Order: sequence, then structure tokens, then C-alpha cells
Amino acid sequence: MNFNHLTSHKMRALAASCAVAAFMVSSTAHAMNTDVTIGMQLEPPNLDPTGGAAAAIDEVVYANVFEGLTRFGPDGSVNPALAASWEISEDGTVYTFKLNDGVKFHDGSDMNADDVKFSLDRARAEDSTNAQKALFAGITSVDVVDPLTVRVTLDKPNGSFLFNMAWGDAVIVAPETADNNASNPVGTGPFTFKNWAKGDAVMLTRNADYWGEAVKLENVTFKFISDPTAAFAAMMAEDIDAFPVFPAPENLAQLGADPRFEVVVGSTEGETILAMNNKKAPLDNIKVRQAITHAIDRQAIIDGAMFGYGTPIGTHFAPHNPDYVDLTAQSAYDPEKAKALLQEAGVSDLTLTLKLPPPSYARRGGEIIAAQLREVGIDTEISNLEWAQWLEQAFRGKDFDLTIVSHTEPFDIGIYARDDYYFQYGDADFKAIMDDLKGETDPAKRSALIAAAQQKIADDAVNGYLFQLARTGVANAKLKGLWENAPTQANDMTGVYWSE
Amino acid sequence: MLRYISKRLVSLSASLIVASILIFIVIEIIPGDPAAFMLGINADPDAVEALREQLGLNASLTSRYFTWVTGLLQGEFGISYTYRVPVSELISDRIVISLPLTFYALVLSTLIAFPAGIYAASKRNSLGDVSVMGLTQLGVAIPNFWFAMLLVLVFSINLRWFSAGGFPGWDQGFFPAMKALTLPAIALALPQASILARVMRSSLLDTLSEDYIRTARAKGLNRRQALWRHALRNALIPVLTIIGLQFSFLLAGGIIIENVFYLPGLGRLVFQGITQRDLIVVRSVVILLVFAVIAVTFLVDIAYAIADPRLREGSR
Repeated sequence: MNFNHLTSHKMRALAASCAVAAFMVSSTAHAMNTDVTIGMQLEPPNLDPTGGAAAAIDEVVYANVFEGLTRFGPDGSVNPALAASWEISEDGTVYTFKLNDGVKFHDGSDMNADDVKFSLDRARAEDSTNAQKALFAGITSVDVVDPLTVRVTLDKPNGSFLFNMAWGDAVIVAPETADNNASNPVGTGPFTFKNWAKGDAVMLTRNADYWGEAVKLENVTFKFISDPTAAFAAMMAEDIDAFPVFPAPENLAQLGADPRFEVVVGSTEGETILAMNNKKAPLDNIKVRQAITHAIDRQAIIDGAMFGYGTPIGTHFAPHNPDYVDLTAQSAYDPEKAKALLQEAGVSDLTLTLKLPPPSYARRGGEIIAAQLREVGIDTEISNLEWAQWLEQAFRGKDFDLTIVSHTEPFDIGIYARDDYYFQYGDADFKAIMDDLKGETDPAKRSALIAAAQQKIADDAVNGYLFQLARTGVANAKLKGLWENAPTQANDMTGVYWSE
Repeated sequence: MLRYISKRLVSLSASLIVASILIFIVIEIIPGDPAAFMLGINADPDAVEALREQLGLNASLTSRYFTWVTGLLQGEFGISYTYRVPVSELISDRIVISLPLTFYALVLSTLIAFPAGIYAASKRNSLGDVSVMGLTQLGVAIPNFWFAMLLVLVFSINLRWFSAGGFPGWDQGFFPAMKALTLPAIALALPQASILARVMRSSLLDTLSEDYIRTARAKGLNRRQALWRHALRNALIPVLTIIGLQFSFLLAGGIIIENVFYLPGLGRLVFQGITQRDLIVVRSVVILLVFAVIAVTFLVDIAYAIADPRLREGSR
């Protein structure tokens, strides 16, 4: 036997095994018409929406597994969910909810007024670890009137109470299963939790006993692909049916040109801001802050960092909201004005730290903003931080001058009323506006107050308002019923179906 | 031999103790609070404090170290901060992917490298030798993640033979699972095979120029017989070392390939653990990897002793 023979023999064996491998190929990508695989960039750390802030939790379970008294519709409206109807007392402090009859948790037990009381009391308790505890702050008592009627009493009228109850953090859970929801979620939704292959996918399956309108899908798989290139490959190989928040915007044009796919561009609740440390000199000087806002060319950032996807904003409010006021002109791009303002403030040779968390809007946007600030004579020291570091240094330690963050919670202008919040605004007049708003239930007056709040933070140039984050997704062209916009971070699968 | 093994065992446990202290300290130094991470930027400070208490993050450093180590000794890794399930469960979910992938890649690498290395050595300076060595040069130079992307482009996107990534789970059957690991294993194996083939070749050439080979040739064996009967076994020692190193490298270093193919392996678990400040997971996986590396080194040491009796003589 010579070596040539040996190797060629081995090679033939190798070729044969390759051929066998090729034979084993199955057509996994084209699932049956009742199954769908949704791609997500981040895996949820757990599946309990009442015990963590990670958007990925709601992206899996909101409206699919868990439901609250109310829920968000695709357009951001607040609709009835577990509560079929409600009455609000004259003075606006007592909400009486009528619950839907025949609602069952996935473990077979009935959902009734006791579960609602338990869920709300748990969320507002002293030792609660609910990330949005503030949603429940005004509740003074929750009383069970009868099994299908719950009365919630507030300390004062709260015009956003029904809105608050639609958040994923306010879903109704059962006392028996609440502690295990992190790994084995038990809700009332149209899908039940089937399996979680950690690091890979969460599988949901249809809830045959669902109380509401039956869903068309049988199985939903949420698959987690963090790498943008891998996400693109998975889409192209049709391993994934839809990627509602696609992590590689640079590939959207190519995917859009492919007849197999549809690119969906919608809006989100993500106000992306250049946050400034309002208590740190020289940023405590409004003129310096104004100078920075005039130094920024929003469109250049949107084009350069976001591949053109995003809507410029002039205040901390979502442009698709009917109450939005377009204030972009007030802080229009004007480098000369910026220089003049800096001179007026008596500031020269300014060097500011710019701390950037990982998302590409921050990292790419940060480079562009640094270049724009240099044009008006402000130098920046950029440091790239991981989220955990960012939370520690910038968010909690307030050790930063500038940072870029997208605030993705819906209607979160209220953070400007917080005293100890990271950008350190907490202006008394602004707080007064927010207090009035809380107590106001008349829609016209509410709109006026919301407009005043937007105007106030724009006038004070609290932060640089950059753009509303777009939701750029890709889906199989035959898949219908996915949310286009993201009034809350969710992948509501209740209306999703295959067109053929 | 027994003395040799027991001496090795002592140094193995010493390394583990030092490693556990180092890992614990380094991971504690990293800034970032797991509770703050979990609750996000809209969270109420009270809720963050309540969560810190619940996770046991308010205990002292030394008490946390000893809780961890005593847990480890009982085979208890603790509860993951973010996933809220036992870390051992997370690890066992991941290791059933990482370990088979490592072995798969190692087997592929050996299957490619041995014939290639032996062939090149036996045909020294021939056209075949030059081409094999040229190819291995290329194999060493190409980064495995780039090669992985090429594989995906060709076999997943164009030919549609394989999925672009993911892992169906062993409960879906042996072949679908192995199929999902095939492209990652090839991507991991090729650079390793190139290194191994080069080591195999040079080690064989070294032994072929030893005196005892000349003696064997003088006895009347031809070059090929001398190679198979005498040189190969002696040339294996450096090759074994490299295989041992490659095992550790593949087990711990599959992280990039795991990302390209979105495989839920150990590497990605560590990566996720670090970004989410799930320190308890990071600590436990790292100590496990350290243990694996030390254990493999130990096995390789023993393999040396078997292959080369002089080594165990020397330890007396």
C-alpha cells in the first residue's frame, strides 16, 4: 500500500460522508402554515415580565402568554383585555373593573378578582422587584367586590392609570405560579409556554382553552441570534420567518429587493437622546446645553448611524403620538449660533466625556456627534461601555458629561420629573406640569399639559433630542398580521397568519 | 508510575485552588451591578435594592467566596442571577453542545491532519509535500469565523443543504443534531488540522533523522517501513501535546463560532453572563473550563508517560 493510495482512500471516504450529509438535508425552513419562527437579537434573561426590565421578556410573552387588565393595540391605543369593561368614579379615584368570564390560567385554574388583587398588591408591595414599580404608586387599595369585579382605589386621580395597566409589568399572574414564572410562565394568553432551550429558542404553542378569539398559529418559536451577520444568513436561508427588529440595517436594502421578503419600517417608543449631565459644570449652564443642541445635525446622524431610518425629534416625545409637538426647529442645526452661545457662556477649550453604551445608535451616532461638536470647538473623550458598566458609571454614578441612550418605554416624559435621575433635571415647574397632568382626566386639557411639558424640556435644552428610533424589520412576504409599529416592545402573535 | 500520577494530582489541585481565588477576585472587580442591569433604566431604586437583597449580593466578599467554593465541592454551582435556574442546569444544557462539537472538530482535525502530515513527511520536498504545506499555511492564516461565514454562504444560503445555524437539540435525533454541528465543526477543525498537520510533519521528519531510524534502515527496512514501525510512535509526543492544547482551545474558544452559528454553547453562556453581569454563571463556567484544561493536561502527561517510559523514570 502506498501513501497515495491511503490518502485517496481517505479522501473518498470523506467525500462519501459529505454526500451522506447532503442526503440528510431536510426542509426545516418551510414550516407548515401554522408554525412561525421569529428572530430576536437578545434572549430574555427570564420570562417573568413582572420581575425584570429586559425588553426581550415582553417581546416573547406580552399578549402571547400574559395579559393584563388592559392591553396595547398595534396603534398604541389602550384596549380592554382581561377587564371587559370599567367604570371610573366621578372624582377619578376609583376604578371598578368587570372581568371577562371563563378566563383560565394555563394550569387550568380560574382567573378571577382574587388573582387581580394578588397581582397588583404584589407589584406595589414593599419588597416588590417590579422594574416599573412607579406604575402602581398611586394605588391605595385593591378590593374584591365579587369574583368578577375588582375595585382599585387611587390616592388621587391618575389620567394614565388604564395606560399603566396595559404595560407588560402589570400583567395578571396567579398566586400559585407567580414565583415560577421566570422559568415556567403561566398566564392567561392565547399561547402557552412549551419549552425554552436556553441560549437558542423559546417555544410557545396554542392554548386550546383560550377565552378570547382563537389564534391562527399553532406553534411560535422565538429564536435568538445575536450576531448581525448570522441574523442576515438565517433570514436568507429562511431559517427565520420574521425578524421584527432586524439587527443589520445595512442589509435591509438587499433583503427588500428580494421578492421572498418584505422590509417593514415602523416606529417605536424609543426617543434617542444625547443626554447631558445637567448638574455638572459647565453643562449646568443652559447656554452651553443650547450650544450643544445647535451643534447637532440630526439628519446626518440618522443617515450616518441609522442608514436613514429614524425621525428627527425636538423633545422627548414620540412623533406618531397625536399629542406630539414638533420642536425640532427650536434646536435646528446652526453651528454659528452654537459658537456664539458658547462665547456668551464664556466657555472655551471645552472637553466633555461622551460615554457610549453598546447599541449601534450610540456607538455610531457617538462618533458623528463627536465630529459635529468638534466643529463648534467642543472636544469629546469617547469611552465605549458595556451596559452593566454604563448603568454603574453613567446611570447610577452620574459620572458622565454626555451619553447617548434610547428611552424605549412608552410615554416616559415623566422621567424628567425625577429628582435623582441620571441627567439630573428635576425642575420644579416641570414637576408641577406633570402633577397637573396626573390629576387631569379631561382629554383636551391633558393634551395641553402634555404639550407644555414637551415645550418646557425643549426650552431648557435638558438633553439633545436626536431621533425617534425606527423599527426596521424583515419578514417573509407571506406572513401577515405582525405589528408594524411598536407601541410597546412586543411581538404580539395573536393576529399573525400565513397568507397561503 | 503511581508516584508520578500522585505528584501530578497534587499540582492539579493546587492549580484549581489558585484559579478559584483568581477567578472570584477578577470577576468581583468588574464594575456593574447585576440587579441594576436586570431592572433597567426606568427602575425604582427601592426595587433594585430589594433585588440585591434577594440575590444575596449584599453579603461580604469572603462569605460569598466560601459559599461559592463549598457549593462547588458539593457539586452545587448556585442559582443564576438572571435566568433564576440552577447554574448546573444551564451548564449541562450547554455542555451537551460544546463537548460534542469539540470532539467532532477534534476528530475531523485529526482525520485530516494525520494523513496529510504523514504524507507530507514521507514525500518530503515533493510537489505533494509542497502543496499540502501550502494548503496548511492557508488554513492557519484564515480566521475560522471568516471561513465559517463562507461555509454558511455556500452550504446554507446558496445550496440550502444546512441551516445557517441553531441547534435542534439531541431529542430531535442523533443525525439532525450532528448535522447542525457539522458546519461549525468543519470551521473549527480546519485551522486546527492545518496546525496539527504541520506539527505531525516536522515531528516525523525529526524522528526520521534519528540514529535508531538509521539503524533500522541499516537492518534492511525501507524508508516507509521504518516510518510506520519506528518513527511514527515516537513522533506522536509533540502531536499529543498539540491535540491536548487544541481540546482546551476548542472547548473554551468556540465562542466566536458559536456566535456565527448561533449555537447555544458554553462560550455563548459565558459571553452572555459577562454582559448581563450574571457573575455566578461566569465564575462557575470559567472554573469548569479551568478544570477541564487541567484535567486534559493531566491526561496528556499520563499519555506521555505511556508513550515515553523515560518520562516516568525521570520523575523518580
